[in-house]
Amino acid sequence: MQTFKLFTGLTGAVLLATNALSANGASAQEPVEISISCGAVGVELELCQEGADAWAEKTGNTVSLVSTPNSTTERLALYQQLLSAGAKDIDVFQIDIIWPGILGSHFIDLAPYSGGVEDKHFEAIVSTNTIDGELKAMPWFTDAGVLYYRKDLLEQYGHDVPETWAQLTDIARDIKEQERAAGNDGFWGFVFQGRAYEGLTTNALEWLDAYGAGTIVDADGEVTVNNPQAVEALTMVSGWVGDIAPEGVLNYAEEEARGVFQSGNAAFMRNWPYAWSLGNSEDSPIKGKIGVAALPKGGENGQHTGTLGGWNLAVSRYSEHPEEAADLAMYLSSQAEQRRRAIKGAYNPTINALYSDDEVLAANPFFGELHSTFVNAVARPSEVVGRSYNRVSNAFWNATHSVLSGAVGADEALEGLEGSLNRIKRGGW
Amino acid sequence: MASSSALTDSRASSSAPTRSRASSNALTRSRVRSAWMFMIPMLAVLALVAGWPLLRTIWLSFTDATLDATSNAQFIGLANYYNATWGGVLSDPMWWNSVWNTLWFMGVSVSLELVLGLALALLLNQAFRGRGLLRAAVLVPWAIPTVVSAQMWGWMLHDQFGVINDMLMTVGFISDPIAWTAGSTTAMWAVVMVDVWKTTPFMALLILTGLQMLPSDCYEAAKVDGVHPFKVFWKVTLPLLKPAIMVAVIFRALDALRIFDLIYVLTSNASSTMTMSVYARQQLVDFQDVGYGSAASTMLFLIIAVLTVAYITLGKVKLGSEGQS
Repeated sequence: MQTFKLFTGLTGAVLLATNALSANGASAQEPVEISISCGAVGVELELCQEGADAWAEKTGNTVSLVSTPNSTTERLALYQQLLSAGAKDIDVFQIDIIWPGILGSHFIDLAPYSGGVEDKHFEAIVSTNTIDGELKAMPWFTDAGVLYYRKDLLEQYGHDVPETWAQLTDIARDIKEQERAAGNDGFWGFVFQGRAYEGLTTNALEWLDAYGAGTIVDADGEVTVNNPQAVEALTMVSGWVGDIAPEGVLNYAEEEARGVFQSGNAAFMRNWPYAWSLGNSEDSPIKGKIGVAALPKGGENGQHTGTLGGWNLAVSRYSEHPEEAADLAMYLSSQAEQRRRAIKGAYNPTINALYSDDEVLAANPFFGELHSTFVNAVARPSEVVGRSYNRVSNAFWNATHSVLSGAVGADEALEGLEGSLNRIKRGGW
Repeated sequence: MASSSALTDSRASSSAPTRSRASSNALTRSRVRSAWMFMIPMLAVLALVAGWPLLRTIWLSFTDATLDATSNAQFIGLANYYNATWGGVLSDPMWWNSVWNTLWFMGVSVSLELVLGLALALLLNQAFRGRGLLRAAVLVPWAIPTVVSAQMWGWMLHDQFGVINDMLMTVGFISDPIAWTAGSTTAMWAVVMVDVWKTTPFMALLILTGLQMLPSDCYEAAKVDGVHPFKVFWKVTLPLLKPAIMVAVIFRALDALRIFDLIYVLTSNASSTMTMSVYARQQLVDFQDVGYGSAASTMLFLIIAVLTVAYITLGKVKLGSEGQS
């Protein structure tokens, strides 16, 4: 730890020195260099590079891409260190939908640069990005968890697309057993994001919401997670690992799950929409065999759901070229660019008009069918718990992880979780 | 005892002329002064790179500082350690879980490394062809940066495409792949295994230097008397090697108590392998709670300090009693 601190200190000093050298007298007319942090999940980085290059060509400026860790949790940790040190290295940040409350104070108000264009975007996302009346980030793409299934296998073994989680469990087990009997030894029924990180929180919130068990903490800030429906949901989940899901799922994030599904070794997968275009790419073994549906309901009285995800573009308060940086953010979140990203990479637009665009729908037929899932996705309680969100989410994913791994029962885990959430709350969020 | 009394006698006789005593005192003083002069640069550097961060961490642990507001933090006393309303570090079950994990990890990994390292050192101490080459080759795991070797092992231990599972299945030891780093029972053992692989060479090297300094006359005497090699090892090698082993063990134990990188790369923040360092980092960085995280870091420092002092004291007492018998 000590050497690590020293090392970051030294690199920080070197970076500051180089910045100071390059900072002398850059005026608005001269071409400037803007750096943007992009994710690298799937084709994300490639799309970001293309969009940034187009903007650079248009404006004469240059853009450098900073690739960041795939894990949301680690990316936030990196951003927090950069921003709390006031680092000028990154001008435009790609931020998760749950971060405006945590990082907002480090970003500039984009409203003066947007010209009111945010009104065309989904209202729920814009309102999450608005802190104290300031537009802290522009919506870039939205996400909701969806269910991927193998059309060919469901047909082969005579199953319909599952409507409830119980049906999914039965079908997944049946296909797994029959595939294994046919000699496909490494085949599994269902893969999802089970590692102890933010992704498990999004998965587990979908299980709870499907059973009508609420959103961990309700809108008034009350801890509601310990209820009979939640016990029912987690009890159903507790039997999965080792039965329909590999034990390794306890350490899978998005890309690990996609790896198993896309190599043809799973019947079902829970993932974000980005996996669609990759699963149907030229070199994919399951090209043309994939279907997408809304995630199953908890039971007959449950509901289809998906956790609201998605990423936004924010401009650092410490940027030396805030105008150019804001212009880049506005360009990348524009309708034309979102349309391109939707067609090429299946990234969900945040502009409603694009959901009736023929070319977008031709590339992603499920955008039309699942439109209501994307619009009504269930949000994580990041707004109500504010800065404590990371602790809340951490306690929640640890409790869920221990249920998945079979260490404790659902009721015991939820009771413990209720206690630790109230401890985190410390009398008020 | 005989030698020390002789020393006192000689000192008494030489201190008889008062003039020489005064001059020797002046000499001692100037020697002490120059010793301090030589020490000062090192003490200054130590204070700067070790003392200052430590004191600052301890200070921050008494405040409610957060990552983006360390400057305007309020003093809140011992609340981060314990308070009646929301607990504090000392009443957090996750903290005690990580303390237990760390101690377990230290105990198991250092014991295994000691046994294997001792065996390796004895082997490398024999004269055989290619010894120099082997001594260099053994150090390879130790030379690889931990993050690199941890990521490498993470892939080798992967349940779907990992080479370890493939080998075990080909040989027939297991029928289904094991998710080494995912299951709560196997994760800690996977971490211990990688750590043993990585640091046994270090242990072996420290013990090997000890072995090479052993006096050869004991062995010649044992040879003449026809003592069984096994008995020679227990009665001659091991007791003589004890100081070297004590040093090697304390180096490794201190390292193991603050383990972070290996565990973080292999299993992230999972509670089944969370150590004190991982816990402190999570509070400091993920939760931005610099005050609370500093309290955890301070506790980590105290625990390491207490264990080190206990180890050194107990080790010395033992050595002393053995010397008398």
